[in-house]
Order: sequence, then structure tokens, then C-alpha cells
Amino acid sequence: MKLISFHLMPYRPLDLEAAAKHRSSWVVLPNVLYDPVKGAEEYERHIDFLVEAERLGFDGIAANEHHQTAYGMMPAPNLIASALIQRTKRVKIAVLGRALPIVNNPIFIAEEYAMLDNLSKGRLIAGFVRGIGAEYHSSGVNPYFSHERFHEAHDLIIKAWTTLGPTNFDGQHYNIRYVNLWPRPYQQPHPPIWIPSQGSSETVAWAADPKRKYPFLVTFSSEELVTRYLLSYREQAKSYGYEASGDQLGWAAPIYVADTDERAKAEAGRAIETLFNNYLRMTPEMLLPPGYTSFNSYKNFFKSRTSLATRDTFLSADQLIGSGTALIGSPKTVRAAIERMRDKTGFEILIGMFQFGILGDELARRSIERFAAEVMPHLRR
Amino acid sequence: MAEQITTVTVQGVNIRLHRAGKGPPVLFLHGAGGVPVWLPFFDAVADGHDLLVPEHPGFGGSDDPTWIRNIGDLAYFYLDFLEEMRIGSYHLIGNSLGGWAAAEMLVRDRARCLSLTLLAPAGIRIKDMPGGDLFIWNPEELQRNLYYDQALAERVLATKPTDEEMDVILKNRFTTTKFGWEPRWHNPDLEKWLHRIKLPSLVVWGEDDKVFPAAYAELWKERLPDARVLRLAKCGHLPHVEQADAVIARVRAFLKETAR
Repeated sequence: MKLISFHLMPYRPLDLEAAAKHRSSWVVLPNVLYDPVKGAEEYERHIDFLVEAERLGFDGIAANEHHQTAYGMMPAPNLIASALIQRTKRVKIAVLGRALPIVNNPIFIAEEYAMLDNLSKGRLIAGFVRGIGAEYHSSGVNPYFSHERFHEAHDLIIKAWTTLGPTNFDGQHYNIRYVNLWPRPYQQPHPPIWIPSQGSSETVAWAADPKRKYPFLVTFSSEELVTRYLLSYREQAKSYGYEASGDQLGWAAPIYVADTDERAKAEAGRAIETLFNNYLRMTPEMLLPPGYTSFNSYKNFFKSRTSLATRDTFLSADQLIGSGTALIGSPKTVRAAIERMRDKTGFEILIGMFQFGILGDELARRSIERFAAEVMPHLRR
Repeated sequence: MAEQITTVTVQGVNIRLHRAGKGPPVLFLHGAGGVPVWLPFFDAVADGHDLLVPEHPGFGGSDDPTWIRNIGDLAYFYLDFLEEMRIGSYHLIGNSLGGWAAAEMLVRDRARCLSLTLLAPAGIRIKDMPGGDLFIWNPEELQRNLYYDQALAERVLATKPTDEEMDVILKNRFTTTKFGWEPRWHNPDLEKWLHRIKLPSLVVWGEDDKVFPAAYAELWKERLPDARVLRLAKCGHLPHVEQADAVIARVRAFLKETAR
């Protein structure tokens, strides 16, 4: 199993009480609540934490992109990736991912990823996402054209990486007379592309297509939903006439390990509650601006209102642990949950978020070390 | 007055058309909310006119063709609509999004148009004077922010939409997003061409409009060659609903003045 240590880089010094007075921790959370001195310290600690994963034996470390939110301080994840490359030798550097539709010229993403791939001598994993709905409020880009722009930006980046230039790109949203990347990617034909997703059937069908076979990563969902989404990828692959490999299936989940289940919950319970109730908190209008999803998904959402981000009720640590959304427990418990998922789905990419919400450095460090010592060896069988 | 509801096909697009009255044609272009109800304002205009209230492509009971991508497409579509419906000279009225579409039509082709009435139109903006953000408001805030008189908002909020009505509301929101998200509620190139609308025009605005500030009315007056402005106290974004009597009186008089 491939093991990745992943970080959102939350702004932990957030005044949670002050933040709760606003509509959301995204888009409209007043940035007077961000203290640059404390924030700078956060960047340093978060980067130190990620770098440590190489020594602990992880296969990769990962960052991602979110805008104008206390939930994550990485509007430009490639800057973080660049710093991580300088401080590591062996691990893969995964950017999970860059939000393609919200830039006005995806050539810059192709260039930055190619640079990172060269800087790391081929250690880059390039994630492609659409960004969550809130990103369309923050960037101003029209969510109605999100899918269209994603696919077009993808095609442009692949062409820029795989066609020797100068060439051109003629699209609806992007038109570039000279496509001629300097540098070209280090890995040939291009860095691996991973697709983190909330599990929409359109994304599954697109990622699993034999032309692409992009690994599909399910993020932050209950054990039941993760199982369903990963199996839906397998089904989709079968319908295309091939068997998906475990390396095409990933699961991203918060993980906390202590010597006993009780201690793990006591130490990390409050932190996981802040992730889901304080940092992720947003309104349906932010999560799903019209056009961001298909019309049918949009209708279903507004009829059922099921989402971890937009629920009105408090989500307790017990519920998050009970549903298998967060893996918090003893090494035995956490290992069992991972092995259960592997038995059910055959997934082989585990993306662990070992720091989440307000979780402090010392607890996070102890947990990831215990995971490396007592869980990791069993997953390497 | 009973409205006729028919489906007409223009450029292969099926459009649900509400129509009432006899006389010179008046084309009414609706706003982001579509045409959920037949308003007293419509009855008043239809008295003495052939009033056409089409549901825009992508709204209500009309088709949603993917090739209509922006407000310019919608404007050209309605120029085709007028031709295919064999409408001769006509008056044009637009509310909000529909007011924007109306102005975009007339900068392209004002022939046969006798007058333009804009009810709190989108389409141009004053820099650093943003309106409210109806994309971030929740459904209750949206209703409350549409009206000055909260009793009107409460009446709307008290009725829970049926499943079919909900589908229409969501469909309208999709298409509204397509046209209005970016650039937010305006076309940066429209303002410089408004001088082409060499027609009598009437701009109506509620002083308490929380969607587009009433001060925008003055920019329209400045840019349109022959505009008069009616600003109404105690009135939100839907003047023809909230101050129906005053708007009806003024619009009927204006249509009469500009008749040919």
C-alpha cells in the first residue's frame, strides 16, 4: 500500500467563537481574524510536520489548494510543494490538487507542475481538481462552466506536456497560439495524474476511462460512502472492459493513533470536531453554486441536504469515528479499519491527514510516529 | 384577464409563451425569478396591448439549449423571436436580467422598437458600488432582500413550493448563474453602446433595491439618449410588483405617449 502524509494547513490560531458569528469559515470570514505573525509560524510548523514523513517511511507527502479560508492556508500549493522538494530526497510530492477551472490560463499550471517535476527529478504527482464550490465565489469564475473549463484545461495541459512544441490550443475558454513548454516535464510522458473527488458519477466515469485510468481519491466521507465510491470506480472500469488496479483507488481520511481507543478519542476528539464543525462549515450556496454539479446532483442535494459541510447540526467525534469518516483509535483499531477497506475495495493508496483542525504539533507528531511504528509495517505486507 | 399559454419554436428552441390582450405588441422580458405567476402588472399592460411574456431559454417551461451561452446570445435569440413571430413595431419592457437582455437587443437592432421600459435592470454597473449578492443569499434572504415590504416576502416564504415548482426554481437558478455570475450582472462593453438606443426610454427603480442600488438609475439616464427616471420610495427590486399601482400608471402613460 502507498502511504501519503497529507496536510490542509489549517489556521489553528483561529478565534473559533468570533468565526462562528460569520456565515462560514470560507469566502466571507473577515481576514482581520488572520494574524500574519501567528500564520507565519503555522506555515513553518506545518511544513516541518510534512517533511518529517520522509524519515518515518511514508511514500509521499501531499498538499492541496483552497482559497480565502481558515480551513487551509494554501491558495498556492505549488509554493509549498517547492519548499517540500528542497527539504526531501526520496518521497513523492503530491499536489492534490490544483483547481484547473478557476485559473484563466491553465498553461501556467502546466508550467508550474513541469517545474516541480524537474526540481524534484520526477517526484511530482499532479492532482487535478475543480475546486470546491466556495472557490467559485472567491475567484469570481462562473461555476456554470466549471466542468467545461476543467475538461478543456485538462486537455490543454496534457497537450502541452505530451506534444513537442511549438503547437497551439484552440478551445472555447482557452485559446493559445503558442504552446511550447520550457521546461518539459521530467517524467515521461508526464507526471502521474491523480483525481481527488467527492465521488460524483461523472468524475468516476471520466477518471476510469481507459484513455486515462487516473487514480481516483475519495476524500472525507463515511466508510460506507468511501466503499461505495471506490467500488463504483471498479464497476466503471469493468464496464470499460478492464479490471481497476488497487493503485487506481485512494482513500483520504483524518487519522489519529494513540495507545488505546479511549486515549485517542480524548486527545483528538475535540480537534476532529473543529475540522468538521468549525473549519469546513459553509452554506449550501457556497458548497454548490448552480452549475458546479450536474442539474440532477443539484436537485438531489437540495432535496436531501446531505453533506458534511453544510449540516445544521453538530457533528460529534463519536459520530465521525462511528461512521468511519475519521480513523481515531489504537493502532489495532486503525489498522483494522484500513484492512477492512482494503478487503472490500482493494484500494492501495492511503492518504492520511495526521494533523486536522486545532490538533497541536506534539499530539500530531506522537500519533504519526505511532502510526509509522505500529500500523505502517502491517500495511507493507 | 386570461393569459394564453402556448409553446412556440424559435431557432429550434421551444419557448413557453404567456400572451394576453389585443393591440400594439409589448414584449416583456422577465428577471432571474422567471414567470412563476401572472401579475396584475401584466393584466394592466395587456389592457389595450398584445402582451408577450416568453420564458427565456433555460427558464421555466422553455428548452435549455447549450448554445445560448451568454446575454448576447439571449439578445440575438429575441431578435430572432420577434422576426419569427412576425411582430412589427413593438414596445419592450425588461426587469432585472430581462432589462439587461432588452438593452443588449436594442444596441444590436432598435428598428421597429417604439419604447424601452427598464425595471431595475442589470447590465451596467457603477464601479465600487456593488449590489447585493443573490448567489450567496439563502432562499429566505433572497426573498427578504427582494422586497422593501417584508409582508410580501413573508407571503412568498409561507408557501412551500411543490416538487415541480422546486425543479423550476433550481432550473432558473442554473440559467441565472450562466448569464449573471461573471462579470457579475453586467457586460463591460454594454455601457459604451447605450447611445445607440435612440428611443424614448423609462427607467424605474425602487429606492430600497437591495439587488442593484437605485443610484444605477442615474447612470442609465446619462447613457441613454432619451431617458426619464422614476424612483419609488418604499420599494425593492421588483417595482412592478411592490409598487404596482404607481408603475402601472406610469408605464401605461408612457406606452401611450410613445405609441405610433
